[in-house]
Amino acid sequence: MSAESSNGTPKGCALITGGSRGIGAAVARALAEDGWPVAINYRTDFEGAEAVAKEITDNGGVATLVAGDVQDGGALDAVFTSLEEEYGPVLVLVNNAGIRDDGLSPQLGDDAWERVLDTNLSAAFRTTRRALGPMLRARYGRIVNVASIVGPRANAGQANYAASKAGLIGMTRTVAVEVARRNVTVNAVAPGLVETKFTEDVNGDALGEIPARRAGTPEEVAACIRFLASPEASYVTGTTLTVDGGLSA
Amino acid sequence: MTTKAETGNVQKVIFDGLAEVGAEPDDISREAEFEALDVDSLDLVELAQIVEEEFGVRLEGDDLKGLTTVGQVIDLVVKKAE
Repeated sequence: MSAESSNGTPKGCALITGGSRGIGAAVARALAEDGWPVAINYRTDFEGAEAVAKEITDNGGVATLVAGDVQDGGALDAVFTSLEEEYGPVLVLVNNAGIRDDGLSPQLGDDAWERVLDTNLSAAFRTTRRALGPMLRARYGRIVNVASIVGPRANAGQANYAASKAGLIGMTRTVAVEVARRNVTVNAVAPGLVETKFTEDVNGDALGEIPARRAGTPEEVAACIRFLASPEASYVTGTTLTVDGGLSA
Repeated sequence: MTTKAETGNVQKVIFDGLAEVGAEPDDISREAEFEALDVDSLDLVELAQIVEEEFGVRLEGDDLKGLTTVGQVIDLVVKKAE
C-alpha cells in the first residue's frame, strides 16, 4: 500500500452509490477532478451514469460504471472485489443512493417503510462494512453519507425517510469513533431542498421558508462532500454538515 | 490469489500482522494474550482483514469472541481453511 496516487493519497478509488444524476453525479465529477478514479454505481439510469462517466473521461479523468442494486449483498461484494483488482481499494465511499416513498403515517404501508429503510440506511451500512476492512489496512479512508435535514427535522409525510436519514446520522457518528485512529473518517452531509429530479415534485412554496430564498444545487452539496472526502478533512469525523441555505439555522 | 493456510505460514502472517497493528514483536508468541500485547478489538478486526486477504478465510464477529491467545486464533484460521 506504499504506492501513492497523483493526489497524494494511497492508491485506490472512489465509489459513489446512486451516481447517475443529481448530487451523486456532481460528486463523481468533483472527486474525479481531485484525481480519484471514480466508480459510478447506478440501479436503473444507465444513460445518466454513462453520460457522467463520459464527461469525466473526456476531461481526462477515470470513471467506471457499476450496475446493480446496492441492497444485494452478494452483488455488492463482487463490485468491491472487481474495483480492488482494477484500481485498488475503495478509499472514498459516498453513500448517496436514496429513495422516497411518501405518505402520512396512518397510511404508510410496510412495503414503503421497508423499502426506504433498506435502501437509505441498511444498504449504506452494508457498503460501509465492506469498505472498512481495506480502509483500515490502507490507514486511509473517507466515508461520506448523504443524509438530509429531514430526520433531524420533521417533515410530514416522510416518517420512513426521516427515520432512515436520522439512522444514517447515528450510524455515521458511531462508525466514526470506531475507526478514527486508523485515519478513516466517517461524516454525513444533510442537504435541505436541492434542485434535482428527486425533488422536482416538491411544492415551490417551500422556498419562502428558506433564508437563502432558493433551492440548493447538486454542485453546492457536492462541494461539501468533496471537502469531507479530501485529505485536508483528516480531523473532521463523526459530524454532519448541513447544506440547506439556512433552513435549519 | 490466496495462500494455502497451514500452521507455519498462518503463524507467520499473524505474527507479522500483530506487529503491524502495534504489538511489540519480542512479546508475540503463540501463548501471548491479546490483552498483554495491547491488541484491542479494532486491531483484531484488522488482523481478520489480513487473514482474509492472505488465506481467503473469513473470520466473522462471533469467531473471535472468547479467544484470548494468539495460538487460539492461529488454530482457528487453520481449522476454518480445511
